[in-house]
Amino acid sequence: MSGFSYTVLIPIIPLLMFVFLGLTGHKMKPAIAGIIGTTGLFISALLSYITAYSYFFVSGKVDGVYQKIIAFNTVWLQLTDKLHIDLGVMLDPISVMMLVVITTVSLMVHIYSNGYMKGERGFQRFFAFLGLFTFSMLGLVLATNIFQMYICWELVGVSSFLLISFYYEKPTAVAAGKKAFIVTRFADLGFLIGILLLSYFTKTFDFVSLTTPGCPAITQAAGVTFMGVSVVTIALVLIFMGGAGKSAMFPLHIWLPDAMEGPTPVSALIHAATMVVAGVYLVARLFPIFALTSPDALTIVAYVGGFTSLFAAVIACTQNDIKRVLAYSTMSQIGYMMLALGVSGYGGHDGLGFMAGNFHLFTHAMFKALLFLGAGAIIHAVHSNYMTEMGGLRKYLPITHITFLIACLTIAGVPPFSGFWSKDEILTAAFHHDKVLFFVEYAVAGLTAFYMFRLYFNVFWGEDRHYHHTPHESPFVMTFPLMFLALASIFAGFLPFHELVTSDGAAFESHLDIPLASASVGIGLVGIFVAMFMYMKPKGAPEKMAATFKHLYKWSYNKFYMDEVYLFVTKKIIFRYISRPVAWFDKRVVDDTMNGIAWISNYASFKIRGLQSGQLQKYAFVFISSALILALTFVYLFLN
Amino acid sequence: MLTSGIPMEAFLVVSTIMFFAGVYGFLTRRNLITILMSVELILNSVNINFLVFNRFLFPNQLQGHFFSLFIIAIAAAEAAVAIAIIINIYRHFNSINVENVNEMKY
Repeated sequence: MSGFSYTVLIPIIPLLMFVFLGLTGHKMKPAIAGIIGTTGLFISALLSYITAYSYFFVSGKVDGVYQKIIAFNTVWLQLTDKLHIDLGVMLDPISVMMLVVITTVSLMVHIYSNGYMKGERGFQRFFAFLGLFTFSMLGLVLATNIFQMYICWELVGVSSFLLISFYYEKPTAVAAGKKAFIVTRFADLGFLIGILLLSYFTKTFDFVSLTTPGCPAITQAAGVTFMGVSVVTIALVLIFMGGAGKSAMFPLHIWLPDAMEGPTPVSALIHAATMVVAGVYLVARLFPIFALTSPDALTIVAYVGGFTSLFAAVIACTQNDIKRVLAYSTMSQIGYMMLALGVSGYGGHDGLGFMAGNFHLFTHAMFKALLFLGAGAIIHAVHSNYMTEMGGLRKYLPITHITFLIACLTIAGVPPFSGFWSKDEILTAAFHHDKVLFFVEYAVAGLTAFYMFRLYFNVFWGEDRHYHHTPHESPFVMTFPLMFLALASIFAGFLPFHELVTSDGAAFESHLDIPLASASVGIGLVGIFVAMFMYMKPKGAPEKMAATFKHLYKWSYNKFYMDEVYLFVTKKIIFRYISRPVAWFDKRVVDDTMNGIAWISNYASFKIRGLQSGQLQKYAFVFISSALILALTFVYLFLN
Repeated sequence: MLTSGIPMEAFLVVSTIMFFAGVYGFLTRRNLITILMSVELILNSVNINFLVFNRFLFPNQLQGHFFSLFIIAIAAAEAAVAIAIIINIYRHFNSINVENVNEMKY
C-alpha cells in the first residue's frame, strides 16, 4: 500500500510557491517569479506523471481491480471518538487521472502566462494565485474525505474569485468576481447541508467507507426517509447542487460567462479545464452511492446535464465575444459529462457512462485549455475579444491557426481526434439508457461543431479588419503550450480508459459502435459544413438566418434572459419583499430600541446632572441626610 | 471600678452634641478653616465615644484607647494636609470661601 507517500508533495509544492511568491514576489523581478512558479509546477507535474505511471501500470492493481490507496493521512480535527476530519491523500483511478489533468494544464498555463502576462502589473501576484489555485484543486481531487474536499472546494472558489477579479481596477472584473463567488457560494450552501445530512446518518466522512458498494452505513441511511424520499437521495441532490454551482450547470451557470473577465490563462485553467469540472469529479467520486442507492438523484444529474448542454450550445451559436463562446461551449461540454455520469450504471459494462464521463473530462481539459490559450493568443495579437473585429488571421498566426483548428476538430468529434472517442462513448451510453437524452446530445453534437467552426471561420478566414498593428505570432513560451496541448488533444483519445478508469476499478470490454459513431461524425460534419458555408466567405447568410429565426436569435443572443431573470428574482422579489421588510425591522425595531434606550439614559442624565454642582457642602448635606434617613428607617423597622 | 458618679449617658450626650455641632458647622460654615474645625469636632466626639465605651463596658481592655490615639494622630496629619490644601486654594482663588471652590462640576 505504501510507496506513494511522496504524492503529498504534489499539492504541497504549489502551496509553497504560493506562500513564497506571495510573501517575497514583489521584491523580485517578474521574470524570475514566473520562472520559479513554473519550475515548482514542473516538479509537481513530473511527480504526477510518475504517480500515474506507477499507479496505473505498476502497483495500483490487486486482482485486476484498481484499489483505493491512502498514501498519506493525518487527523486534523477530532470531533468525537469516531467522527474526525482527516487531511490526506487518496489515490484511485479518477484522482490520479485528475492529478495528470490538473498538473498538465496548470503547467501549460504557467508557461503560457510567462508570455501572455508579460508587463502586466501584479505579474508575481498572478503566479502566486495560480499556485494557490493549483494547490487547492489538487487537494480537492486527492481528498480522503468529503470534508477535506469541501475545504479545498471553498479554496478553489476563493482563488477563482481572486483570479477573475485580477484586474481589480476594472469594475466589470470586480463585479464578475463577486458574482462568481456569490453564486458558487450559494450553491455550496447546498453542498454543506448535503455533507452534514450524509455524515449525520452515516457517521463518517471517509470516502473509502462511503463508496464501498453495499457499505452498511449507507444502506442504513438509505432506509431513513423524510417526506417519502430517502435522506440519502436528499443529501445527494443537495451535494449535487454544490457541484452544479461549481460546474456552471443550469440554473447556476450565470457566473461562468462573466468569469471571462479574468486573464485568459486563468479562463483556460480554472474556467475550462479544472475547477469547473470539480462538480463532475464530485459526482464521480460519490458515484457508487449515486448509482447503487439513489438512482433518482442520478436521473436529476443526467437531466440537468442534458438540459444545460443544449441550452449552452444554443447560446454559444450567437455570441460574439470569443471567450464567451468558449465559456458556453465549456458549459455545454460539462453538461455532456454530467449526463454521461447520469446515464451510467455501476460495474462492468453498465459503467460505460462513468468511464465516458471521465474520459470526456480528460480530453475536454486538453482541447478546451488549448482553445482558451489559442483564444488568448488571438486576443494578444488583435487586442480585442470580439469576432466582429477579427478575420483573415490565418496568414498572421500560423501556429495558433493550426492548433486552433485541431482543437475545433477535436471538439466537433471528428475522428481520430480525442473528442471523437470520448463523445462517442457518451452517446453510446446515452443511447442505451435514455433515448430522449441521446437525441438532445446528438443535436448538441451538431450545434457544437457549428458554433466552433463559426468561431474558427470568423477569426481565421474572411476579410482582414483594421488592426492597430499587423497581428504577429506569439512568442515561443506561448506557442509551446499550444503545440503540446494540440498533441495531447490528438492522442489522448487512444488512452485505454475502459481499462483504467471504470466505476468499480475493473477493466471491461468496450467496442466502437459503428452506426452510432458514423451518425455522430455525420452530424459533426454537417455542423462544420453549415458553418463553412455561412462564414468562410461571408455573403450575408448569417444575417438572413438571424432574420428568419428572429425571436430565437434574439433570445439566444441575450442568453435567454437568464441574467435578467436573476435580477428580477433578486431585486424585484427577494430584495423588495423579503430584504426590505427585514431591513426595515432591523432599522426601525432593533436599532431604534437600542437608540431609544441610549436616548432615555442620555436625556435623564442631562436632567439630573445639575445635582453635581461642585458645591462640597451640598454633597455633604445629601450624604448626611440620606444616612440619617436610612438610620431612622432601620431603627423604625427593626426596633419597633 | 467606677470612681466618679457621672453616668455613661452624660458622656454620650456631650459627645452627641459635639458630633451634631460639628455636622452643622460642616454644612453651614463657608470658611474652609471653620469647616476644618468642625471636622475636628466630629473626630473628637468619636474619640469620646470610644473612650467612654471602653471605660464603661470593657474596663479591662485597651482597644478603645488605642483607637482614640490613632484618631488623634490621623487628625493631626489630616489637619496638616487640609491646611496645605486650603493655602493652595487661597493662592488660586484669593479666598477661602467654600462656595467659590466649585469648579469640579458637570
